[in-house]
Amino acid sequence: MPQATAAPTLVSTPGKRALVIGASSGIGAALVEELVRRGYAVGAVARRASELQALASRAGGKVVIRAHDVSRFAEVPALFEDLVRELGGLDLVVFAAGIMPEVERHEYDSEKDLAMLAINFGGCVAWCNEAAKLFRTQRSGTLIGISSIAGERGRKGNPMYGATKAAMNHYLEALRNRLAEVGVVVTTIKPGFIDTVMTRGKKTFWLIGPDECARQILAKAAKKKGETFVPSRWWFVGFVVRWIPSAIFRHMNF
Amino acid sequence: MSGAKPSPAPTVFDWTPARPASSLEYVEGWGMAAGSHVRVLRPRSTEELAAAFALAKREGVTLGLRGTGNSYGDASLNERGWVLDTSRMNRILAWDPRTGVATLEPGVTIEKLWKSILADGWWPRVVSGTMFPTIAGAAAMNIHGKNNYAVGTIGDAIREFDVLTPAGEHLTCDRERNADLFHAAIGGFGMLGAFTRIVLETKKVHSGDVRVRAKSTRTLGEMMAYIEAHRGDADYLVGWVDCFARGRALGRGLIHHANYVHEGEDPDPRASLTVEHQELPANILGVFPKDQVWRALRLFNHDLGMRAINFAKYHAGWVEELDEPYLQSHAGFAFLLDYVPNWKWAYGRKPRELGLIQYQSFVPKETAEATYRELLERCQRAGLVPYLGVFKRHRPDPFWLTHAVDGWSFALDFKVEPVTRERLWKLCHELSEVVIAAGGRFYFAKDLVLRPEDARRAFPSDKVERFRALKLRHDPDGVLQTDLWRRVFAAPTR
Repeated sequence: MPQATAAPTLVSTPGKRALVIGASSGIGAALVEELVRRGYAVGAVARRASELQALASRAGGKVVIRAHDVSRFAEVPALFEDLVRELGGLDLVVFAAGIMPEVERHEYDSEKDLAMLAINFGGCVAWCNEAAKLFRTQRSGTLIGISSIAGERGRKGNPMYGATKAAMNHYLEALRNRLAEVGVVVTTIKPGFIDTVMTRGKKTFWLIGPDECARQILAKAAKKKGETFVPSRWWFVGFVVRWIPSAIFRHMNF
Repeated sequence: MSGAKPSPAPTVFDWTPARPASSLEYVEGWGMAAGSHVRVLRPRSTEELAAAFALAKREGVTLGLRGTGNSYGDASLNERGWVLDTSRMNRILAWDPRTGVATLEPGVTIEKLWKSILADGWWPRVVSGTMFPTIAGAAAMNIHGKNNYAVGTIGDAIREFDVLTPAGEHLTCDRERNADLFHAAIGGFGMLGAFTRIVLETKKVHSGDVRVRAKSTRTLGEMMAYIEAHRGDADYLVGWVDCFARGRALGRGLIHHANYVHEGEDPDPRASLTVEHQELPANILGVFPKDQVWRALRLFNHDLGMRAINFAKYHAGWVEELDEPYLQSHAGFAFLLDYVPNWKWAYGRKPRELGLIQYQSFVPKETAEATYRELLERCQRAGLVPYLGVFKRHRPDPFWLTHAVDGWSFALDFKVEPVTRERLWKLCHELSEVVIAAGGRFYFAKDLVLRPEDARRAFPSDKVERFRALKLRHDPDGVLQTDLWRRVFAAPTR
């Protein structure tokens, strides 16, 4: 008889297995810790291995770490499979990777901008497409994308950062609409000011810590929210910002 | 830019995706009762297909061939290896509108085929009840349609094909060249190699419509008598059976009898030979979206509801029978259920529920009526009544592991529930004993319940032995495997 070679079999039923992309700091790291507290096995992906190790020992529980630069798109399918097998299945994916370099008032730097595009949006697409394929076919799963209130309008401050977040909102909305028929939840989180390195040294208000932010994000996803602000009251800011007429908006500096 | 330092190698957007594309997915049979999380490779060319074989061999992993996954059971599943999905290789390589011969890549679906050839006045000679299967999947399962008794299976419409074997050979096969492989690979459920090119003959049609009439039948015997009497003049014959009816009404049902429209009868064939004319509207009464219909069907998906629906359909047949023959588009007649998207979800879907299985048996004409009456009675006694029964006439064909016999087939759709699963499988094994005793066979595109001992008795042993020998020659390492193969033909080796 021909020789069967058995590949390791993955038997997965819905449970508590999560994957956080961009886990080394800020909201991503806080989410890993919160998920571990809630009994999840967590896959944590980020560029810096040392930070991941620190996170894993800080969080305790089952944390599977992998160092990876999200702009290396070609690595994603194999890495995704590796992590899902290690976790024994997958129920939740959070894409929280993102960079926001300083951009000068009249700086038009393609290298800087395209790096942002590759990491913030390209990375999101590369990871979320893998998650979408798995979640659609298994007809279960929750996908969370960490966007930003910066995606609401084209502000003078950082054209590409806002553009990547707007693109993310659009792309995730389409995934949400595609995957709704199989019961997969896609939640777009638009955080306001969160006390992380991204906001350090900036004028802020309504500031919350990343731990509180993580708790609120998971609560929103559990309620199957589509696009939502964290904390919720930023909805009001988003609403006002969206409705400022262009002729006025272009004279505003924020 | 002379003198400038060479810029560092760009990393942004400079990427070469792995080929063939690979992803981790949950892969299930169409009926949703079986599936597994596996790596899926999706080659887009014959070169990438060969690379997939090489990769699997290097890693020592088995490959299960899959098209669009329309086999009900585990024919395209490979829990203990990878799945090789050829549906992305889907170009129509050549089409001759004078002869109606199409040269297709393996992943071309029946849908793509009919939509491409209809305007020239051609229709696939053999189609399944759904248009979504790929041509390679159709060939591997040797599918049939509602005209099997008249034109045979899809294998009978295949002129030649190219196949890539795991041993690395590219072979062209037809009824003369590599005739063994030709007759074994068609109906060989993807165990001998991957089709890379299929040359298919199609049927000239003179209208986009067929003429359909309905005939209500009070018993199975009456249904068989009608079909037998019209085998010579009908182009398509299919019977629907109300499996809930018992006693004197056992096997009552409704026949649809269709004929091609002859040349000159359609005053404007160019208008009916269009995709627009074929397809049914996306909304019912203009507003209710069809892709939500399964939710409504779900409300009836239990014994009482399905008993009522079968009862209503049978009695509606009395009225339909009184109508004059009516015109229906080819696609509307052949693929009606495709226009109720995801209707199978009405059966309850994984991960929480278990979908459905279809138990289809093929029994020679001499023993068919008694056999099928017994099957129905056994289902009813067991309290596991099929929600749908479909009855058809068949004819033999030259393919080694074919399901077709000079006789009949009865396809029974059973809902699978966690509490009934074990009893249902036991019932199916009992039904198989009856079928085998009657000289019957089974169909791998539907199967999820057959045991090795059933297959051993149902299929001619000389053909099975030759098939195994051919597999050993073309796939010496046993790379091509599926859950079906391991369940029915191969004892687990590790």
